[in-house]
Amino acid sequence: MKSGLERKDDFQLRRAHLANLSDEELKKRFWELTEKIVNPMIDLAKKYTSPSIERSVLLRMGFNSIEANKIVDILYKKDLLGHGVGNVILKISKKEKINYLDAGKKIIEGYPCENLF
Amino acid sequence: MDLKPDKKIDIAEILKNLENYRAKKRGWVWRKPKPGQKLSDHTFYDHSESLKNSVPLPAAKYFDGIDPQPNPVITTEIASGRFEDDIRRMRMAAWHGADHIMVIRTTGQSHIDGLIEGTPEGIGGVPITRKQIRATRKALDLIEEEVGRPINFHSYVSGVAGPEVAVVFAEEGIAGAHQDPQYNVLYRNVNMYRSFVDAAEAKKIMADANIFQIDGAHNANATAKKAWKVRPELMVQHAINCMYSLKSGMDSRNIGLSTVPPTAPPAPKLWYDLPYAVALRDLFSDFKFRAQQNTRYVESDTDEAQITHAIDTLISALTSADLQSTITPDEGRNVPWHQNNIRSVDATKQVFNALDGLKQFVKLDMDGPLGEIVRELKERAVLFLEEILEIGGYFNAVEKGYFVDSGYYPERNGDGIVREQNGGVAYGTIIERKDDYFAPVCSHFGINHLPEGIKKPCDAIDGCTLCKPEKISFIDELDPEDNVNNRIKSLVEDEKNGIIKPEVEWHGDGFVTVEMVLPTFEEAAEVAALEIAKKMTLIDPQVIHKRVLHPAEGTMLLVKGRVEHYVKLSDIKIPEKVQHLSDEVIEKFVKENDLKVVGATLGEDEHSVGLQEIMDIKHGGIEKWGFKCYYLGTSVPVEKLVDAAIEVGAKAILASTIITHGDVHRYNMKKLDQVCREKGIRDKVLLISGGTQVTNDVAIECGMDAGFGRGTHGIDVADFIVKKLMNKAK
Repeated sequence: MKSGLERKDDFQLRRAHLANLSDEELKKRFWELTEKIVNPMIDLAKKYTSPSIERSVLLRMGFNSIEANKIVDILYKKDLLGHGVGNVILKISKKEKINYLDAGKKIIEGYPCENLF
Repeated sequence: MDLKPDKKIDIAEILKNLENYRAKKRGWVWRKPKPGQKLSDHTFYDHSESLKNSVPLPAAKYFDGIDPQPNPVITTEIASGRFEDDIRRMRMAAWHGADHIMVIRTTGQSHIDGLIEGTPEGIGGVPITRKQIRATRKALDLIEEEVGRPINFHSYVSGVAGPEVAVVFAEEGIAGAHQDPQYNVLYRNVNMYRSFVDAAEAKKIMADANIFQIDGAHNANATAKKAWKVRPELMVQHAINCMYSLKSGMDSRNIGLSTVPPTAPPAPKLWYDLPYAVALRDLFSDFKFRAQQNTRYVESDTDEAQITHAIDTLISALTSADLQSTITPDEGRNVPWHQNNIRSVDATKQVFNALDGLKQFVKLDMDGPLGEIVRELKERAVLFLEEILEIGGYFNAVEKGYFVDSGYYPERNGDGIVREQNGGVAYGTIIERKDDYFAPVCSHFGINHLPEGIKKPCDAIDGCTLCKPEKISFIDELDPEDNVNNRIKSLVEDEKNGIIKPEVEWHGDGFVTVEMVLPTFEEAAEVAALEIAKKMTLIDPQVIHKRVLHPAEGTMLLVKGRVEHYVKLSDIKIPEKVQHLSDEVIEKFVKENDLKVVGATLGEDEHSVGLQEIMDIKHGGIEKWGFKCYYLGTSVPVEKLVDAAIEVGAKAILASTIITHGDVHRYNMKKLDQVCREKGIRDKVLLISGGTQVTNDVAIECGMDAGFGRGTHGIDVADFIVKKLMNKAK
């Protein structure tokens, strides 16, 4: 989709407040503005996770990609990704006193995770 | 297993025991500059350490075979869809000077929610999988050993599986990757929240693995109708990705701007591209520059592309480039062919070789128009950033279509790309982390509540794969049909049987090109060329390039087609390569024996160029080694030539016969032999004939001592004469 918004080049009008800045000041302004734009976005990333992030956690725990897909699909549907999939698996591992890789496989086999939290 | 320069790489061997293979190195490596180094007679200031094994530029033979390696890392993109064939091309490229090898992903991989496994065939790129990466890296580990310089292997961390791909890259020794959430949003329509949330995790993983990052801003160049108008926006895109990467934990030295000179001739390129390059390097002085070559205006003309790319490289040399990416000159017409990766790497090396020391001779004049345009570009970019904040931030700006608008900001043409905040691929898939959120692994970004007593996240699982690679789970193949083991059967078989068949991309693909000029107008020429190609037995011929020489007089065409023809190595006779005597040995022998030769073009033949090239010092002829040469001219009767030889006491007669109507060359050679015998000097003089139709076999058959055909140089003749006389002396 295209924006449809048109505007003539009004650079000369808009730049008035920049005209007296030195090159160094202009560069400083460039980076300050950029930081202001990026801050709320990086905050969002700190607070949220996603299926891909959680699958990447499982890979780092030693699951293969097929297992990671299945586990994250199941936990996503059960609305448990917010706890962290690794966290869920470790809880099962502790509760059932089994190796965490086996705990992950239990999830695929239909282990009920609802009451873990 | 190691590589030998005269042996082909054994792909079947590469594929063995992959489940246990670990990349020999991880992370990015720069070249080692060696300012002031002497190579042959020349001093270089902007070049790095030379290679152990390489193929130098063709002209190197006049410069003691030197192959100076410029300071910037040189990139080539190799992704034919079959990685097993790409490996062979990577080896070729490394020998020519590429040390950054980029693999483009197969069409659609960025929309796959998860990883691909195994080794399926790709379209327009390669399916990036753990096995494919591991096999390729294993081959590159051998190739870098062979050329004597580390090779950076590169692919893409984008789409909706970015963090997972980043983990595989970190585990498997990928050294460089594209990562830019804006690319996902603008060009792949991935939901913007998802794209940025994933990106921070991917960047953190890359940062810890010392993977060099390249952004995606250059895509606006390739998309916008007037690429030079998006320059202010490009600075904004670079800035957002750079800042986002820093805040995700990356070091600025691992963050590269992907930047392309936006125009091409006939536009006055410097007026746009140079100020833009300078402005970027001013604003982004803490970051690295990956200078890309222009693709926007490249079509089927490979000469035009090479020249535009040479000027792009000049702009790099005038400003700076940490990496110089090369674009194959055929990118505008097909997925790159083997030889074109090599052409672009060579051309780029050639430009940098030539421009060594440029900044010691030339300074950019910032007091003239250059400074004014640079300032204006920066101000326009700052105004863009101001407006993003005014309208409520980046996400709003994207939704309102501020990006990839073809207006020269603040001008807007209303054609920017619009993406909805509540829409796109994978919309609604980010999840807020709860108060007990925990991820028991390293290189994790953002909130992570470690349980009591745990200091390092992966202590909770006794080490993650990044700390303990032995924990990595390897999947071999998922598809019993579509995999490398099936594809390489014909390669292995053909290698065993010594089958040689043309190829441009894949083993035995059979593609060849034919260049022809047809003396007619363009439309007729195109149809006629295909008919002619069919008569040449080319299968599925296609015109891939044409150039109008004149609207009526003629058209040049390049036709590609396939052939089924092949030859067997065991069926062909390869002429033995002559090892020439050294210059010193030849000179000494010629001087001690006061060697004289007489030469002429025999019979009724006015051609003299070939023989003069063999005799004249100016053309690299045998005079160079001290031979006294008596040149009698053209259309010389055989008797006259023999008499001259007797008169001066020549040890050799050089007879040229270029035009060969009715086998007259054979007649003349036989006659020369006969006359020498009649005059009783045959055993005292060497008879050597030359000409485009002459072969050694024909010459000997006609009584000569040797015959030299096309491509002969003075050294071949000098070497022959001296060796022969040395043997006689024994």
